[in-house]
Amino acid sequence: MQALGATVVRAGRRFLSSLPALFGVLVFTFLLMRVLPGDPAVFFASGPNAGKEEIEVIRKQMGLNKPVPEQLMLYLYDVGSGNLGRSMMTGQLVTKDLRERLPASLELTFTALLIALVTAVPLGVLAALRPGSIIDHGVRFFCALGVCVPTFVSGLLLIYVFYYLLGLAPDPTGRVDIFASLPPRRTGFLLIDFLLAGDFDGWWAAFRQLILPALSMALFVVAPLARITRASMLVSLGSDFVRTARSVGLPWWRVVVTYALRNAILPVITIAGIVFSTMLGANVLVEKVFSWPGVASYALDALLSSDYAPVQGFVLLMATVFVIVNLLVDILYGIADPRVTIG
Amino acid sequence: MTSSLLALSDLHVTFSTRRGLVEAVRGVTLSLGEGEMLGLVGESGSGKSVTGFAITRLLDAAGRITAGHIRFRGQDITRISAGDFRHLHGAAMAMIFQNPRAALNPIRAVGDQIADAITAHKRMPRDEARAQALELLRAVQIRDPEKRMAAYPHELSGGMCQRVMIAMAISCNPALLIADEPTTGLDVTTQKVVMDLLTGIAAERGMATILITHDLGLAARYCRRVVVMEQGRLVEEAEPTTLFHAPRHPYTKRLVAASPTASSRIADLVPEEERGRQIAVPVAARPQPAPGTPPLLEVQKLAKRFDEGAAAVADFSMTISAGESVGLVGESGSGKSTTSRIICRLIDPSEGEIAFEGQSIGHIPARDFHRSPFRKDIQIVFQDPNDSLNPRFTAFDCIAHPMLRLGGLRAGDALRQRVEECARRVGLGIELLTRFPHQLSGGQKARVGIARAIACRPRLLVLDEPTAALDVSVQAVVLQLLDRLRREDDLAFLFVSHDLNVVRMMCDRTIVLQNGRIVEQGESRAMFDNPKTAYTRELVEAVPHIEPELAATAT
Repeated sequence: MQALGATVVRAGRRFLSSLPALFGVLVFTFLLMRVLPGDPAVFFASGPNAGKEEIEVIRKQMGLNKPVPEQLMLYLYDVGSGNLGRSMMTGQLVTKDLRERLPASLELTFTALLIALVTAVPLGVLAALRPGSIIDHGVRFFCALGVCVPTFVSGLLLIYVFYYLLGLAPDPTGRVDIFASLPPRRTGFLLIDFLLAGDFDGWWAAFRQLILPALSMALFVVAPLARITRASMLVSLGSDFVRTARSVGLPWWRVVVTYALRNAILPVITIAGIVFSTMLGANVLVEKVFSWPGVASYALDALLSSDYAPVQGFVLLMATVFVIVNLLVDILYGIADPRVTIG
Repeated sequence: MTSSLLALSDLHVTFSTRRGLVEAVRGVTLSLGEGEMLGLVGESGSGKSVTGFAITRLLDAAGRITAGHIRFRGQDITRISAGDFRHLHGAAMAMIFQNPRAALNPIRAVGDQIADAITAHKRMPRDEARAQALELLRAVQIRDPEKRMAAYPHELSGGMCQRVMIAMAISCNPALLIADEPTTGLDVTTQKVVMDLLTGIAAERGMATILITHDLGLAARYCRRVVVMEQGRLVEEAEPTTLFHAPRHPYTKRLVAASPTASSRIADLVPEEERGRQIAVPVAARPQPAPGTPPLLEVQKLAKRFDEGAAAVADFSMTISAGESVGLVGESGSGKSTTSRIICRLIDPSEGEIAFEGQSIGHIPARDFHRSPFRKDIQIVFQDPNDSLNPRFTAFDCIAHPMLRLGGLRAGDALRQRVEECARRVGLGIELLTRFPHQLSGGQKARVGIARAIACRPRLLVLDEPTAALDVSVQAVVLQLLDRLRREDDLAFLFVSHDLNVVRMMCDRTIVLQNGRIVEQGESRAMFDNPKTAYTRELVEAVPHIEPELAATAT
């Protein structure tokens, strides 16, 4: 219990020390958006032949006529009071848009990471138990394949096979069938909301929608997870304490699971945290292919139409998620490894 | 040998490596009776540990028993299945390993690990297993066993970890215990306690024990019968006293001679037949320093505190005159390494004065000391010849580097000549200079380290356990080399070591440190023969002697 307390203290300290970085991200994104070519006023004017005066009016409305430092101060003030601005595309507050879309992305990413871990860890362990064997080479081949094929290609392939050829999957458009009724929104995670509502048919439908995009994302990250599992498992299996475990006659599974794997899983936790953050931001291709209403495709659309506020909001959100995920990894690590103390 | 517990006949073990097959054990035949204690002695690469691992079937995946048989209680266990062998592991034969901290699972409480070992062979509820584990911790004399049950290995000292390891090994009362260098890396006093405990338990429970060690003295102290291995073969088998008084095999003779004892001298470390090959070094009589000359090194009231800890070193004062050799001994944590590092100005003292030839050097910050003209006068030889050489430097680069940096030499013929001269002085073949550290043997790397240290003709050489990582026969040669260099150059030594026998041979005076303070100092031989403080006596008594009776009469 004491160790857990120490871990929490350490995690809190880490969180505080990451706040300046978050602020830096905020300022940097703001400036970057101002430097990038493209004038939002031109973009959102009524049409290509809008007059100069009309553009000027819009620019004044958006506050773009003020000097950049002043714009920055205003923006920071707004962010400080919880207002990320309004999206020109959707006409809604950015916070509202993000809140609607983040659960979709998180649900997809969590599921994909879960699938990836459940596949990668056993594969890595199997490969490490028989290095150089057929199994090891098979795992390596599978991983190479996963990394080589871009997610949108594997996504399209999955759609082709399971939707078009076999007809097993529903049409790849969004999180639920457009005609299905949504459960009352509690967490925003459809799988959980359906369960809470007791609607199992709806749950199954949402699950079927989720599985293909999750699979194509998982395929991409199985490789790093399986490789790190294999590598750290090899170290673990070759270590002195595994030899000790064998020397006192522990059953085979106990040596592999309790002694080798539990030690080997520590670096996997770290990598899984990094993989999760990367997936959340980088799964825009999968979201596009499956028309998934997530934050990444939202941000991409905003970026293409020079819509400043959503892009800045998205970057801030990603940075925050990254910090939180790292915190979680820290806490998990502290629980898994008693040697980690306040440092 | 009426009832033979274990019998090896013509055992061969081969490892497949990148360079092809390597035969590590080549035809070992030996037997062990119930409850007997056997010492298996040899240097690194002799195949002694491999023999132990072959018996318990814990060889690396690359190792294979290619010929011969292992019989345990009359049953041939050479080819039984891994599943059947699991029932022998722990229950019938168990092992104790070198480096106890690494041998325990770092993220599992030690009590659970012992309980795991118990439940591997007996079905019982977890509570009962834990209760038995607690009993075992008591049996291995761990203080506060209830508290230690929940401790993790990193919270225990090396000696404690080894006791836990012993508890695990004896948990199912095996008939055979194989201890592979069980006390290497532990302090002498801890070594004695752990070995006494181990032999006590083995005797009490009637376990036969094989003690695998490189330390002849240790084997002699605890075993009735000692077997010497060299290059995978048994070369001699005898009772310790016969072995040491009248070794028959030339290798055993060399090994016995090279093992430092209380009475050995540096010249004795090589057997008589081979002594002729040595070049006699003319020892110039040391000129008496003119009165009033300051000593080479004078240290006054040195202290070092690391942040918020107790002082690592406190109130340390000493002097070294030119050409003198001073030993610094103590257990791990006694502050001897810290002191030596402060003196060679790698770290800064918290308090105190250091004067070199009368000039204060203590105030120069350690990170600027490399610019001081005294840098080349004070050089260091590090403990680990493997880690202290840059793996990307050839031997030539290693030796040339200080000459370029401190000696003011430029790359060219002059440098080449100086490096080659240095190599010749330390007995390193010129043809080896183009090699990288991984292509050199341990002894050769040690020579490179020494050549690098003497490259700029220092006045004071700080030697931090220079031979701790070497085999005794290599150690013997390196010690002779160091002694010769000292005489030739009128070098002063600060010799840091945990090995009292080595210090006694190498040093005129010795300082004993405990918890950062000097407890005793004086002329080496006199002090070790007649220690005045209890701590020094304890240290001296903990050293395992090859010939206990002889050592007693020699004093």
